[in-house]
Amino acid sequence: MIPLSWYLIVSALLFSIGLFGLLARRNAVAMLMAVELMLNAVNINLVAFWRYQTPEAPAGLAWAVFVLTIAAAEAAVGLALIISVYRRRDSVIAEELDTLKF
Amino acid sequence: MTSQQVIFIILAVITLASGLVVVTNRNLFHAALAMMLSFFGVAGFYVLLEAPFLAASQLLVYIGAISILIIFAIMMTRRLMSTDESPFNSQWIAALFGTLLIGGLIIFVIVSVFSPFGDIIIANSAPPSLAVQESTVLLGRSFVDPDQYVIPFEIASVLLLGALVGSIAIARPEKES
Repeated sequence: MIPLSWYLIVSALLFSIGLFGLLARRNAVAMLMAVELMLNAVNINLVAFWRYQTPEAPAGLAWAVFVLTIAAAEAAVGLALIISVYRRRDSVIAEELDTLKF
Repeated sequence: MTSQQVIFIILAVITLASGLVVVTNRNLFHAALAMMLSFFGVAGFYVLLEAPFLAASQLLVYIGAISILIIFAIMMTRRLMSTDESPFNSQWIAALFGTLLIGGLIIFVIVSVFSPFGDIIIANSAPPSLAVQESTVLLGRSFVDPDQYVIPFEIASVLLLGALVGSIAIARPEKES
């Protein structure tokens, strides 16, 4: 059988990859994809802890479903914002959207 | 090494390698395809963890809906998708160091918690096996049980509706007045 720590390590690595993408990518759509990777990593953690620690109470599963819902809402709003920004500024490069920068 | 462990390692390699492609590929469309592959690997983890409902929703929601939405957005903003300039911003080296620091810290904590010499002992071994449909029944009951998650469930559906209506309102072109 698979030890719990294997799931946690894979999830930590996927989270780190997503974090690097979020911090380092220039394109806003690519940043959004990195956020989706991070949410997936968190979901692996939740389901693995549910399976190994409390298989009789579905708290981890329920939370994973809520994370899935929030991810769908986040993707819809984020992409709508990116398309709206693209229409006005002709750019989806996050560094160029610096109107609020002091 | 059992067959499950072999499957786990294959899934982990698929998920992590395509995750790396997502964050490093210059071509955004290829990155989106790699992201779908990565989501597929995560769905495989859910199957290994005996959560079939989550695996199915992962396929439907992430691969079926979110990936397609992202590909739509890439297509609509394609004019600036030039592939010859760097995909990273000017602070990517600092981002790499910070990420390595955080990832190394998390993995250090995991390894030290699960080592047999640590203070805290968490069960690392095989859990009792579940009946195939049992986790789905548990999850379904908990979503309609007033003592469990019926209110968060309803709030999540209202949030999803609000987010979708809001995103239509944001993305709609402005009227010319």
